[in-house]
Amino acid sequence: MIGLTHYLVVAAVLFVLGLVAVVSRRNTIAILMGVELILNAASLNFVAFNRFSPSFPAAFDGQVYSLFVIVLAAAEAAVALAIIFAFYKINRTVNADAANVMKH
Amino acid sequence: MEHGTASYLIWIPLLPLIGALINGANAFFGNRLPRILVYIVGCTTVFISLCLAFNAFVDLQGLPEDERYLEYSAYTWIKAGDDLEAPLADGTTAAVTGGTFKVDVGFLADPLSAVMMLVVCGVGFLIHVYSTGYMAHDPGYSRFFSYLNLFTFAMLLLVMGNNIFVLFVGWEGVGFCSYALISFWYKEMPNAWAGMKAFVVNRIGDFGFIIGFMLLFWSLGDHGVWTLNFRELAANAHLLAGMEWGGISVVTLIALFMFVGATGKSAQAPLYVWLPDAMAGPTPVSALIHAATMVTAGVYMISRMNFLYIMSPAALEVVATVGVLTALFAATIGLAQNDIKKVLAYSTVSQLGYMFLGLGVGAFSAGVFHLMTHAFFKGLLFLAAGSVIHAMSDEQDMRMMGGLWKKIPWTFGTFAVATVAICGIWPFSGFFSKDEILWKAWESGHRLHWVLGFIAAGLTAFYMTRLVAMTFFGKNRSTEEQKHHLHESPWTMVAPLVVLAVLSFAGGWLGVPEALGGHNRFHHWLAPVVDSHHGDAHHATALLAGEHGEEHAVPTGGHTAPAPHGETEHGAHAADDHAAHHNTERFFALISVLLASGSILLGLWVYLKRTDIARKAAGWLGGIPHRLLENKYYIDEIYNAAFVQNLLRATRFMAGFDTYVVDGIVNGTAILTRATASINGFIDKLFVDGAVNLVGNTLIAGGQRLRKLQTGQVQQYLYVLGAGVTIIIIVGLFIL
Repeated sequence: MIGLTHYLVVAAVLFVLGLVAVVSRRNTIAILMGVELILNAASLNFVAFNRFSPSFPAAFDGQVYSLFVIVLAAAEAAVALAIIFAFYKINRTVNADAANVMKH
Repeated sequence: MEHGTASYLIWIPLLPLIGALINGANAFFGNRLPRILVYIVGCTTVFISLCLAFNAFVDLQGLPEDERYLEYSAYTWIKAGDDLEAPLADGTTAAVTGGTFKVDVGFLADPLSAVMMLVVCGVGFLIHVYSTGYMAHDPGYSRFFSYLNLFTFAMLLLVMGNNIFVLFVGWEGVGFCSYALISFWYKEMPNAWAGMKAFVVNRIGDFGFIIGFMLLFWSLGDHGVWTLNFRELAANAHLLAGMEWGGISVVTLIALFMFVGATGKSAQAPLYVWLPDAMAGPTPVSALIHAATMVTAGVYMISRMNFLYIMSPAALEVVATVGVLTALFAATIGLAQNDIKKVLAYSTVSQLGYMFLGLGVGAFSAGVFHLMTHAFFKGLLFLAAGSVIHAMSDEQDMRMMGGLWKKIPWTFGTFAVATVAICGIWPFSGFFSKDEILWKAWESGHRLHWVLGFIAAGLTAFYMTRLVAMTFFGKNRSTEEQKHHLHESPWTMVAPLVVLAVLSFAGGWLGVPEALGGHNRFHHWLAPVVDSHHGDAHHATALLAGEHGEEHAVPTGGHTAPAPHGETEHGAHAADDHAAHHNTERFFALISVLLASGSILLGLWVYLKRTDIARKAAGWLGGIPHRLLENKYYIDEIYNAAFVQNLLRATRFMAGFDTYVVDGIVNGTAILTRATASINGFIDKLFVDGAVNLVGNTLIAGGQRLRKLQTGQVQQYLYVLGAGVTIIIIVGLFIL
């Protein structure tokens, strides 16, 4: 029987994959993809907690939250891609290590 | 005009001062005025002063004999104490001067200062005119005339001041001008030295003078009379009688200290040494300052203070003795000098000695009379000598001269007149004045003084004849170059010579003694100043003895000396006495003239016919006496060894003390301070700075380590954040 724990483990695995991508990847596009993974892990948690809550199906606010997160992820991807585009125009690269102007 | 005041008096000294300022400014700004204007300013200011002085003289003559004084106070210079008003019995008040001290810049014209004013302005004016010719080729003419005018100003201040302070200002002023003019050609070192010597030697005398008048001021103050005014001093001098200070009469002390000042200024032994050296200055300066006027300041001062001196027989005795010894001493030196101006300088010292002899035997008017005639003939001698030097292209050595009388006849003629006058041949001026002094010396019982003075008179005639013979007669010994330039001086130089020659000839007629059929007007003219001390019958009698043949009381010593002709009775024999007395005086005059003529003839014979005698005399006793005289008895060397070198040694010691001890203390303090300061600095650096730097360095080191954390790598931050959150969760779940 597939219970709440299985969903949570999948979400945690997704989260850690996303985090590792964000932390270790040099390519900004890849970092952005990692962020998407983290957001999806969070959405999966919302949905899973809602499905296994005692008041289901009368209350499904967790599912609504996940919809918001998807919308948010879309908007965030649009903004982030615009930033990456501008960054590329200046540095001719999408390598995150090049974003060190503030340090110097 | 209120009696006794005359505001024009102030202009007499002021005009030469204005002239001095104009010419001084001209010299300072590089001689922009034309030469002729400088001459005009220099001469006219003195000439106007001469006219004003003559005016004062005429004014004085118009006054009754007892009131012959004019005073003018320009302003009050020094004032001490309060003006008091004492109530009188009838309800009015009277000013009380006791306890109030006041010094005015005041001018006094009385018979004595009138004589001095006329001499200073008259001879001064002639010498100014002469200088226009003498200095014609000198680039420093404007400076010269400035100093000359300044000197005239100071000298007039000296003789016209109505108190000792103003006199002293003039006294120092003439000293300064003398210094400036002796060193006039200051680029030559000997001239600068001579000026310094004159100044320093004069300062020694001035020191005595200051002590003298301060003592006078102080002693009179003890009696409640605080004044330096001559007329007030004369009126109150009797208060000093009987005052003693350590067993010596105060009056004697004052008189002697003041006499020290006179020996300095008037070149008497032992302070005469500066005068011969002062000949380094231009010749008109020697004539004006070192023959006619400044050096007579001491004589004037003692005549002015005569009321003190007659109270102190001992002081008078000192004055007379110093005077006659100086006269004799300087005359012997004059015998062996070869520089024409040096001979005249020693002659001046000698003649000044005569004046002091006159003063010292109580014959103040005779001293001043000789002062006046000496101003004429010695001024003339110097000017004529200047004319000779001018003609000889600045040669002063008589051995290089000779036979000049044909080439420069005017100079020779006037020089001869002056020589005869100084030798004392009747009826030239020197005869009357010198003879009167010698006669008064004899008459007052100073037999030894008379003998010494008499010998000096013979020597005077001899060395003056020697001078004339070597300069004007015989073979011309000058170089071809000098012969080529030999010329008579311009008229600006000759005219003053002629005027002075007339004065040297006739100046003595003012004081023809009664014994020679005159009235001795000069003596009567000065009588109100030098004889007005009724308290001292002694003195008045002695002074008048020459005319009235009364008791021959002696001013010095107080003992009654027998009259020369041995009569001492009073009253009844007065008329006989009178006649006999005059006969004695005539006899003395005769032997004086015989001595002078004899000396002149001897001199001419020795130096013109039998020059071998002169040479033999020079070699007499192995030449020692001659060398002694030629080197002025080595007095300069003795002074140098005894005083100058010791003084220099002392000053060098003081300088060494200053350098090593005083400076050493100062430097030592400085070194000590620096040492402590460097220790302080070291501590400061090590500990205080160390602590401060430690804080800073620690922070810097810490910061440098910390800044490495901020890499700018967002992913690193995120990594750390993730690690942190993980640790917190682990801690939260498993440990807490």
